[in-house]
Amino acid sequence: MAEETKAPAPAGSGDAPTPAPREAHVPRSDGPRFGGGDRPGGDRPRFGGGGGGRGPGGPPREGGRKFFRRKKVCKFCVEKIENINYKDYRMLGQFVAESGKIVPRRLTGVCSPHQHRLSAAIKQARNIALLPFAGRAS
Amino acid sequence: MNRTYELMFIVRPDMTDEDLDKLISTLQSAVPSAGGSIKNVEKMGKRRLAYTVRKFHEGVYILLTVEGGGAVMHELERRLRVTEPVIKFLTVRIDEEQKRLDKIKAIRDSRKKVSAQPAAPAEDAAAAPAETPATA
Repeated sequence: MAEETKAPAPAGSGDAPTPAPREAHVPRSDGPRFGGGDRPGGDRPRFGGGGGGRGPGGPPREGGRKFFRRKKVCKFCVEKIENINYKDYRMLGQFVAESGKIVPRRLTGVCSPHQHRLSAAIKQARNIALLPFAGRAS
Repeated sequence: MNRTYELMFIVRPDMTDEDLDKLISTLQSAVPSAGGSIKNVEKMGKRRLAYTVRKFHEGVYILLTVEGGGAVMHELERRLRVTEPVIKFLTVRIDEEQKRLDKIKAIRDSRKKVSAQPAAPAEDAAAAPAETPATA
């Protein structure tokens, strides 16, 4: 739980009137894949979140530097995967944070109908010990 | 009532293969008497569990695909519950999901065919309304 409370804090500081720190822009170039766990602080996948790119309401950016955020797309719509099954724990593991939580779709970009099936499948997989309820799979 | 279920269960890892086969065959023999049939038996092998179950860290996964009504599953689950080496099981009904997938597949296939062929039936449809005012 400690990571959970910690994770949003740096994001909030990035939103402060002072220009966003440089490193906030860098890691977003590699697209909507989220590698769980290569970032030391917190278990959130790196795409989305962050709070670096604000919409029109945000503070004006220094030097007119354009910030480009890739549009998140639903993996299941793009790859035409309809069969979201609890047995496919490797695929489901992509949508589970390191703490074992289901990653919200505002971070993953999964569309609503697919997120529904995805969360149902993750919960089934948890029940048969394919995925952890909490924490890393031992 | 014809439904399809998947029954996944985990047996303790220190079980011998003969015992496992015996366990599966007893389960199989219980199904027809309850009015169902076993479609498929799959041994998924030994796997590390995501969390500790009855002090075990790994287990042997077995997947049964069963056709039949709820009474069959009720009987199977009762048996699994009283079977000592089975540490966990999960029943999932799959026929409705399968139906949905088949439907989506059919739609996708038909779309492919339409895009492959030039629109011949569309011309017939356009010609038909043109005739009706002439006869009236």
